[in-house]
Amino acid sequence: MTTMLNKKVDFPVLNTTMRGNDLVYLDNAATTQKPKSVLETMNHFLTKENGTVNRGVYFLSQEATKKCDDSRKSIQLFLNAASEKEIIFVKGTTEAINLVAYSYGELLKAGDEILITELEHHANIVPWQQLCLRRGCILKVAPITDDGHLDLNEFKKLLSSKTKLVSFCHISNSIGTINPAKEMIKLAKEVGAKVMIDGAQAVSHLKVDVQDLDCDFYAFSGHKCFGPTGIGVLYGKEALLEKMPPFMTGGDMIETVSFQSSSFAELPRKFEAGTPAIVEIIGLGEAIKYMNSLDFTEIQEYEQKLLNLAQEKLGELDVRLIGPTHTKAAIVSFVVNGVHAHDVGTILDMEGIAVRVGHHCTQPLMKRYKVSSTIRASFCFYNNMDDVDALVRGLKKVREFLG
Amino acid sequence: MDNDRLRAMYQEMILEHNKSPRNFGPLEGHTHYGHGKNPLCGDDYEFYLEVKNDVIERVGFTGDGCAISKSSASMLTTMVKGKSIEDARKLSETFLEFILNEGPKESLGKLKIFEGVKQFPVRVKCATLSWRALEQALLKTKHIASTEA
Ligand SMILES: Cc1ncc(COP(=O)(O)O)c(C=O)c1O
Repeated sequence: MTTMLNKKVDFPVLNTTMRGNDLVYLDNAATTQKPKSVLETMNHFLTKENGTVNRGVYFLSQEATKKCDDSRKSIQLFLNAASEKEIIFVKGTTEAINLVAYSYGELLKAGDEILITELEHHANIVPWQQLCLRRGCILKVAPITDDGHLDLNEFKKLLSSKTKLVSFCHISNSIGTINPAKEMIKLAKEVGAKVMIDGAQAVSHLKVDVQDLDCDFYAFSGHKCFGPTGIGVLYGKEALLEKMPPFMTGGDMIETVSFQSSSFAELPRKFEAGTPAIVEIIGLGEAIKYMNSLDFTEIQEYEQKLLNLAQEKLGELDVRLIGPTHTKAAIVSFVVNGVHAHDVGTILDMEGIAVRVGHHCTQPLMKRYKVSSTIRASFCFYNNMDDVDALVRGLKKVREFLG
Repeated sequence: MDNDRLRAMYQEMILEHNKSPRNFGPLEGHTHYGHGKNPLCGDDYEFYLEVKNDVIERVGFTGDGCAISKSSASMLTTMVKGKSIEDARKLSETFLEFILNEGPKESLGKLKIFEGVKQFPVRVKCATLSWRALEQALLKTKHIASTEA
């Protein structure tokens, strides 16, 4: 018998009803819900303590500055980064990858190669394509096998002394594949390449240790790990960040400015131009605190049980599961045979079930599987067996309506 | 209640056209061409018309998408075949006015069955996509009709 984690109580939205039913929220890969503690912390700050950071000599500003510093510290510990200087606040994963593509990209030259995988989100494809256009670099793509896992042999073959950067998702947002990150990083290092990991889907599902991984960059979004939108993190190794030119420039990231020239602030502020997303940074700090209260081993076991149950029950229906069946996060992508994903999404919505339908910002991956769109149910530790049952009931209703 | 809304949208005739779309397939020797695409959900259709003396003599379409968009495309082809360009344009205008606003439905014939879609604002685009593509085709422009224009 599976024990329930019963975490729905911590998340106010999950206790609302939707179209007359209990809300069944299965779009966690798009964005996660926020625990009460995050909502209250942000509300408290804005109603009682709002002020800007780094500038004010007055109390509110000092407090806000301290809170943002604390948040940075807790993220450093959360990722096990060596120093707070390695934690850069950005808008989200997309901005983090763009920052690296622009700034680290400045150090690349024509003919240098960037290697990604077939699993990537558009956010981990397009910035590299644009970099290639700007600097004459070459983008290579490591294929996956039919069962949705990276083809490690092909990956190895594509690595060479020309490879300057390897960038891949820790977990695929579309089909849930967990990449063998450590092994991939080791192989990349053997040819002297730097490694960036798109961790957007990973931080809410597994314990991440950037020093153990030995990656050069790691990116994630606050809103996908129980924090607010508009804030995310780029981790980068200090020595590498030091070598990189600033991405955006302006206030807060300078040391001195004259009309002839400017010098830049120390890390991490060299990469944080402009007034930061203060309340979002504080909210993210609280989300990290919430995650620190969880036992990730227990969470992983629980989510795997949800995943197995979902795959087993979906397997009994007339659907085609897309992607891997093991070594994956609790993300299930599928198509209902003979019914378009959009129609499925609408009928599930009428039952109060939120799933994502479409290409999930991974059009090349959809093409690989010869589908234009899939239905994606992405689970979180606050989901339970009832949510799986509701999904299955909803899918039976799809057949009822659409034959 | 929600079931009623669903049934109102997924009418028998809509599902039937979705399963067996009419005039499906490309058209050799077409004189007009239109392309409709919804980048958000991937619906993508191409329309081919053969126009002689201002009359749409033959019409065909290819592509894929949800039940609403596909049945809409299929019914469009049956409705405009044999019509003058002028009349096809008028029909298109009336249909879009009906779906998007509160336009009258009297002259729409069987296209009235798309009324149920109005209950689902995010799905309205699915019903209008092919009509936008038709307008492009009749204008003989090279643009792709997009729901996100
Ligand atoms: C794997 C992956 N990478 C990148 C992103 C982009 O994240 P954001 O939109 O928060 O910048 C997402 C979010 O959809 C994602 O799932």
